Amino acid sequence: MVEKRPLLDFITHAVLIVGALVIAFPLYVTFVASTLSLEEIMTVPMPLLPGGHFIENYSQVLFGGSTTGSKAAVLDMLINSTVMALAVPLGKTTISILSSFAIVYFRFPLRNFFFWMIFVTLMLPVEVRIIPTFKVMADLGLLNTYAGLTLPLIASATATFLFRQFFMTIPDELAEAARIDGAGPMRFFWDVVVPLSKTTMAALFVIQFIYGWNQYLWPLLITSDESMYTVVIGIKRMIVGGDSANEWNLIMATAMLAMLPPAAVVLLMQKWFVKGLVETEK
Amino acid sequence: MEKRVVFRSAWLPYLLLAPQLAITIIFFFWPAGQAVWYSFQLQDAFGLHSEFVGFDNFTALFRDPHYLESFKTTAVFSVSVAGLGIVISLLLATMADRVVRGALAYKTVLIWPYAVAAAVAGVLWAFMFAPSIGIITYVLKGLGVDWNWIIKGDQAMLLIVIASVWKQISYNFLFFLAGLQAIPKSLIEAAAIDGAGPARRFWTIVLPLLSPTAFFLLVVNIVYAFFETFGVIDATTQGGPAQATQILVYKVYHDGVKSADIGGSSAQSVILMIIVIALTVIQFRFIERKVQY
Repeated sequence: MVEKRPLLDFITHAVLIVGALVIAFPLYVTFVASTLSLEEIMTVPMPLLPGGHFIENYSQVLFGGSTTGSKAAVLDMLINSTVMALAVPLGKTTISILSSFAIVYFRFPLRNFFFWMIFVTLMLPVEVRIIPTFKVMADLGLLNTYAGLTLPLIASATATFLFRQFFMTIPDELAEAARIDGAGPMRFFWDVVVPLSKTTMAALFVIQFIYGWNQYLWPLLITSDESMYTVVIGIKRMIVGGDSANEWNLIMATAMLAMLPPAAVVLLMQKWFVKGLVETEK
Repeated sequence: MEKRVVFRSAWLPYLLLAPQLAITIIFFFWPAGQAVWYSFQLQDAFGLHSEFVGFDNFTALFRDPHYLESFKTTAVFSVSVAGLGIVISLLLATMADRVVRGALAYKTVLIWPYAVAAAVAGVLWAFMFAPSIGIITYVLKGLGVDWNWIIKGDQAMLLIVIASVWKQISYNFLFFLAGLQAIPKSLIEAAAIDGAGPARRFWTIVLPLLSPTAFFLLVVNIVYAFFETFGVIDATTQGGPAQATQILVYKVYHDGVKSADIGGSSAQSVILMIIVIALTVIQFRFIERKVQY
């Protein structure tokens, strides 16, 4: 702070407090609604203090789903979401660290061509190739499978770029020393490159975990079987009609369960999260 | 930039690249190629026959008032989301950069919506704005506003803008905060010694130095509004009422999946791809400038 200005300090805190309250309000309403009975939510205005149906609502959705909409148990959906949220970062990290190692540490014919091939995938988000990708998945028999849920999401130019950028900062002396000591490329990869990349991997993991967990359009297209729903899809399937026909208490309990894991990752790994976010976009 | 020290092998680099290339070809190039192919075909309702029709699908699209309307909807939506998101988060980031006490607490509250899925964000706001039971609807009714986004197009648009901006503020906030913290303190102090007040310093020093960040966020936010808000819309308005919130991506999905119009939907996909390519080129030209900066 450059100088003392009490009035400005007051305004600063006031703006931040209002901002924080507005941002946090939906979370609070969701939590309160998830602890009420359906009748309590239907009274206008709904109570703004938590009710006594916390255990009832959460055990209902975890083991039995909703009663009017989808009856799939949310516990199974949470497992599917976890599989997806772990498979996407692991797969992405593995294939991109290998490909960027090849691009940075080798000279070979077509190297630039392959680099550009990976690069242009930036320009083809899932949303613009919905129908043909669905057809490809159907032809390969990957509908309603974990492979179908995760494989198309693990190719990414951003992760490859991130590792490439990081590899460029590894001093050449390390590779030189490894070569003089007689280490082959894979030995160098495992003993030098992978250990040095740990922070980059952690940052990438946090971002990709959230990305995998929050996928919507892709699972919506390729899962028709209730047992393959992810929790984000599950919420959508519980909404059956007009606003008074929905079991909002159960939907909100599911929404809490859908928000908690990625929010916990963001808050507990805040340092890696910020690093990953700022660096993947460079 | 090239490495001075490299390894030599005739086959190893290809083996290392193989997994990523395989996935890229199967899930990116093959479908994208098919989208282009289908966009020049007319298929019958069962997908049994198709014939080459040239640019017919494209000309049909641009004669379709619904498609042109969808362009307009997308423009209104993405400009609102990007504009509001950037202004609000710039305000919050500037304030958060000033505070010493409680900085971490504010930051923690402000960044968590990044973790919320777009579809969940949509459900949360749809619940609070629900026409009969919503808590915000109750307040609005008390203020004399006739709120019902299920039948009123402009209110439905407002709902998806609010939900989308809410989710994106965290992202913008973090980038602005990083940008603010990168501004050398000596510049600000020098201006303060010369007698410039906080407002003057903001407009003449901070804002110009933040403009690269702001421009980058503008592109990112437009891409976000174009594509990633699909979940918000599908969980709330589903393009309605009367297509008032049917943005381009939602129309691709609606025409292709729900109406099974493969040719038309693929032609729309091709047009979207061209838009994404244009946005990516803009973004990269900007990043090249930033490197020299």
